[in-house]
Amino acid sequence: MNDVVVTGIGMVSSLGVGADSHIGLFDGKLQPVFDRHSMAPYPIHPLAPIDFDLLIPKKGDQRQMDQGQRIGVYAAGLALQDGGVLGDAEFLQKTHLIVAAGDGERDIAVDEEILSALGSASDRQVYFNQLMSKKLRPTLFLAQLPNLLAGNISIVHGVTGSSRTFMGEEAAGLDAIATMTARIRAGSVDAGLVGGSYSAPRLDMMLHLGLGGNILSGEPASVWARNERGGGMICGSVGAFLLLESRSNAERRGARISAVLGPVFSEHCFRKHGEVERCADDLWQRMEPSLTSSPLGIVSGATGAEPLTAQELGSFKHPRSRREIYVRATGTMIGHALEAVAPANVALASLALREEKYFAPFDQTGVEAHAPAPPSQIVVTSFGHWRGEGMILLRDARGDRS
Amino acid sequence: MSTCDRKGRPLVAVTGLGIITSLGRGKTENWTKLTRGQSGIGTIKRFSTEGLKTHIAGSVDFMLPAGFNSQQLSFALAEAVAHESLGQAGMSGANAFPGPLFIAVPPAELAWKIREELASTLPDHAPVTYTAMIQENFGKRKDILDVFSMGGVGDLVAQRFRTQGSPISVSTACASGATVVQMGVDAIRFGQTKAVLAVGTDGSINVESVIRFSLLSALSTHNDPPQDASRPFSHKRDGFVMAEGAAALVLENFDTARARGAEILGIVAGCGERADTFHRTRSNPDGSAIIGAINNALDDAGLSPDEIDYINAHGTSTPENDKMEALACRSVFGERMNALPISSNKSMIGHTLTAAGAIEAVISLLTIQHGLLPPTINYHEPDPAIPFDVVPNVARAQKVERVMSNSFGFGGQNVSLIFRSPP
Repeated sequence: MNDVVVTGIGMVSSLGVGADSHIGLFDGKLQPVFDRHSMAPYPIHPLAPIDFDLLIPKKGDQRQMDQGQRIGVYAAGLALQDGGVLGDAEFLQKTHLIVAAGDGERDIAVDEEILSALGSASDRQVYFNQLMSKKLRPTLFLAQLPNLLAGNISIVHGVTGSSRTFMGEEAAGLDAIATMTARIRAGSVDAGLVGGSYSAPRLDMMLHLGLGGNILSGEPASVWARNERGGGMICGSVGAFLLLESRSNAERRGARISAVLGPVFSEHCFRKHGEVERCADDLWQRMEPSLTSSPLGIVSGATGAEPLTAQELGSFKHPRSRREIYVRATGTMIGHALEAVAPANVALASLALREEKYFAPFDQTGVEAHAPAPPSQIVVTSFGHWRGEGMILLRDARGDRS
Repeated sequence: MSTCDRKGRPLVAVTGLGIITSLGRGKTENWTKLTRGQSGIGTIKRFSTEGLKTHIAGSVDFMLPAGFNSQQLSFALAEAVAHESLGQAGMSGANAFPGPLFIAVPPAELAWKIREELASTLPDHAPVTYTAMIQENFGKRKDILDVFSMGGVGDLVAQRFRTQGSPISVSTACASGATVVQMGVDAIRFGQTKAVLAVGTDGSINVESVIRFSLLSALSTHNDPPQDASRPFSHKRDGFVMAEGAAALVLENFDTARARGAEILGIVAGCGERADTFHRTRSNPDGSAIIGAINNALDDAGLSPDEIDYINAHGTSTPENDKMEALACRSVFGERMNALPISSNKSMIGHTLTAAGAIEAVISLLTIQHGLLPPTINYHEPDPAIPFDVVPNVARAQKVERVMSNSFGFGGQNVSLIFRSPP
């Protein structure tokens, strides 16, 4: 079985563009950025100022994408740049791609116009056909297809080994990483680009999440501090991509290794009474044999929705019984980004391991204790808002070489 | 010692097949009609097509009572084909399925009917806005998540058959149904599982989808008579015909299947994929990506082009696809294309989009089993640029050991699969 290593980190969020712009998370200098108005009364984390031209040079390409796709294509470019292979045609032809993506944004104005007009239309269906045919932009469809994020990454960056898109919210991000890791471990591919993106100011997604009662309204609070208000997520604009390689491939080309992947678990539970707890217990039990007794970082994808967040918090008793743990819920700082959550947290954990630093606490409730020294092992957790339960272990590149 | 392929990997057997198309339900009905050259394309009755350019589709109207949405139909189709395939594999008992689910599903979108329901909760004559719909219905429709989440249909299928682990919902556009087969093959070859349920389903003929494809000028407007519209490789082909359907394949480690006495229906010999960089809806004019996918499949199977007996074409009936597929086949198979039979199921069942790769995989395996090539119907005026043996209009008896099935998608995602007869 080949060792799988992270050799490229591409990250865009409300905090900044590029992995390095997230380094401020280590000394506590970065504060979360909110947009309280555009989706009011629901706060979101807006995308940091970004010049898409830098990594998507053709305006024509940018026009063919929705904002989530632009964020993803940009983050994919950053991962390739960080890995030293941006524009390396020979490498990219052998690079395989798995993207976690949902639908692109609908044309909200058209939907609202049609819904407003339908109420008084005499022949609703004919009226609907007329309006739709007249108002929909032909290219919008392509910006809405989930697989077109991957398609655009191939077009803009030349990644062509293969292209797959997984749909399914948080689970898709986990499964994308799990599948690419399995392919590299088995020797089926040497290098893979994997990730996802999400654009937060989207009323169609806010409707979907709101129908489930899963978004927080009013004043923002940290992920662990929303329980008394019933919980809820604050969505964030995020693009996160990782260049994964077999260790031998990375060493052959002299690539910088940011982190080494351990087990990647992606599970499925039905959220009935007691199921999440059972699933979390089971995941920690399966992870335990791969952990050492040294301090453990936990980079949590907790959504802030309840009772899920409290259930995940409760499960930390398992790793804590054998070692010190340092929990950090990134949702507090960059928001929740559905398909991009697991890729973003692997990206941030890899950055911490590479920099030999760890995140200052994001929260004042006492869940997130100050870490006296940076952990050399980090578990990324995911308990998605609807499905998507999993854990991923990352270790630093030095400790693993013994 | 486990039985391996030419590259020393565990052999992947197919032990169960299920299929539904606009022609009907199940293998027997579909195979009979496909080999009689019957068309499943008809005039759309599900909604009014007044004002639209295209009035025809291969819709599946016999699965559910009227009023269903696309998610519900995609699930009903997937459930039925999975059930059929598990029955054939002898796995339909009360036990959980012993492996993961890989499922090709259309992207989930809230049905217009539900959007209208949500709008109707607002005060009369107030302009309908998303913000108002959210506030009025906040937390009141948790049921929506189970059906309209992107992983919704896959989750329901996983629950129904109790597959293992996280169900993976795949979209590689019109190659999705082939991608799920390839993912299943990978999982078995990597030793991650002994069995896989691979499903492709698409029940997305609704007015917005028809309009969207129509706006891309992708659909045939040859509305009358509907059954003549899909004419792959013909001179006057003018677009594809949207269609619904589903197919399921039970894939197993060959030795595990044999040990439990399962009937081996065929072997997945090879899978190849390649992404294109050229354009969102068109292939690179040099055909490099689809040639790459086909060559990768041959290489994966350890076969030379001469060893393929028949090609189940992607053959969508769009001017562009058929031209590019012909170019790629010519490039890989050379002069042999003048004699190598290639036919398109889409001439009869239309383009089942997300499900197409899986449906055509099932038909490829039935072709091997029956020694009968399904025809390309509506082939009356050949495209002079494509002088191939398309098995015109009438099925043909021919022993087939190895079939290649091609699937090419919007977004430049291309997959080619090779099936062979059981050893």
